[in-house]
Amino acid sequence: MAQEHAAQIHGEHEDTTTGLNHRKMLMWAFLGSDCMFFGALIATYLVYQGKSLAGPMPVDVFDIPVTSVSTFVLLMSSMSMVLAYAALTKNNLKGFRIWMISTAIMGATFIGFQVYEFSSFAHHHVDINCSSPGELTDYEQHIFDEGCSNGEAHAESHEGLKPQTNLFGTTFYTLTGFHGAHVTLGIVWLLSLLLLSFKKGMITPEKNLDVDLAALYWHFVDVVWIVIFTVVYLFGVFPGF
Amino acid sequence: MSQDLSGDAHTGHPTAGQYFRIAVILCVITAVEVGIFYLEFLGHWMIPILFVLSTGKFALVAMYYMHLKFDHKLFTYMFVAGFVLAAFVIGFLLILFGVYT
Repeated sequence: MAQEHAAQIHGEHEDTTTGLNHRKMLMWAFLGSDCMFFGALIATYLVYQGKSLAGPMPVDVFDIPVTSVSTFVLLMSSMSMVLAYAALTKNNLKGFRIWMISTAIMGATFIGFQVYEFSSFAHHHVDINCSSPGELTDYEQHIFDEGCSNGEAHAESHEGLKPQTNLFGTTFYTLTGFHGAHVTLGIVWLLSLLLLSFKKGMITPEKNLDVDLAALYWHFVDVVWIVIFTVVYLFGVFPGF
Repeated sequence: MSQDLSGDAHTGHPTAGQYFRIAVILCVITAVEVGIFYLEFLGHWMIPILFVLSTGKFALVAMYYMHLKFDHKLFTYMFVAGFVLAAFVIGFLLILFGVYT
């Protein structure tokens, strides 16, 4: 009996040619194809890395401590999601709802961090004191050379990083924007399941596949962010990469 | 450890406590990653170290949170196939565009 229940939870021993649930199979096929989608975007980002001719570069705009906190929030949301699923399989509907709400809130917090980040990048402002410029990045050196050459006290730039600014802006916003869109879609999905759980018989331990599929999608956006955080953010500001 | 993570006998999945421990491990790895990032003396060694750490995080989430360790192997093959293809696309594009030769 316990084995049958476990098999049901895993989507196995279904009346299909493979013995596996078709919806779950389709979800894994989708996640595999989404790997290739993000792979193409990451490849494009890497191919054009360091090839921007003007504008802010990763080292000028990235704020690793802030992004680390948003990464932590997304990782915690994955734990929350898996606890929601575990609560449902144990017929704890109240626990399921609490963990689903916390997952959606953490997902929304991650999106909030992303909006803040995009906004601060777009309004990136450089103000260099010409008499004591300190250590400058290549971009800041360019502003210094242009602004301080005619005896000015300060050199400023309000250019910011927008998708049209340079290749870095285009590839960065495309990659992280699509990831943010995935997270947003995931939040809508989670909230839909949460609302459905208030309708009798819609979300039950026996019909847990709907939640399982949403959880798979949510964990997928988490693993994609693990890759983006390392490749784009940490490697991005590393001078030798 | 393998017995510890073998899971709930009733559902075949890890327990809530085990999920929490995995979350703690993920957070510790992320903290180590950020810490390593500020260790300038590591130089180019930083890249393989960060790569291994993020691969570990990826594997933990896929195996335990996405239940690939407990599910049918076909699901793993479908996901890994997409992942490997993506890795090849990235590798070949970097070589094609002369980023790494």
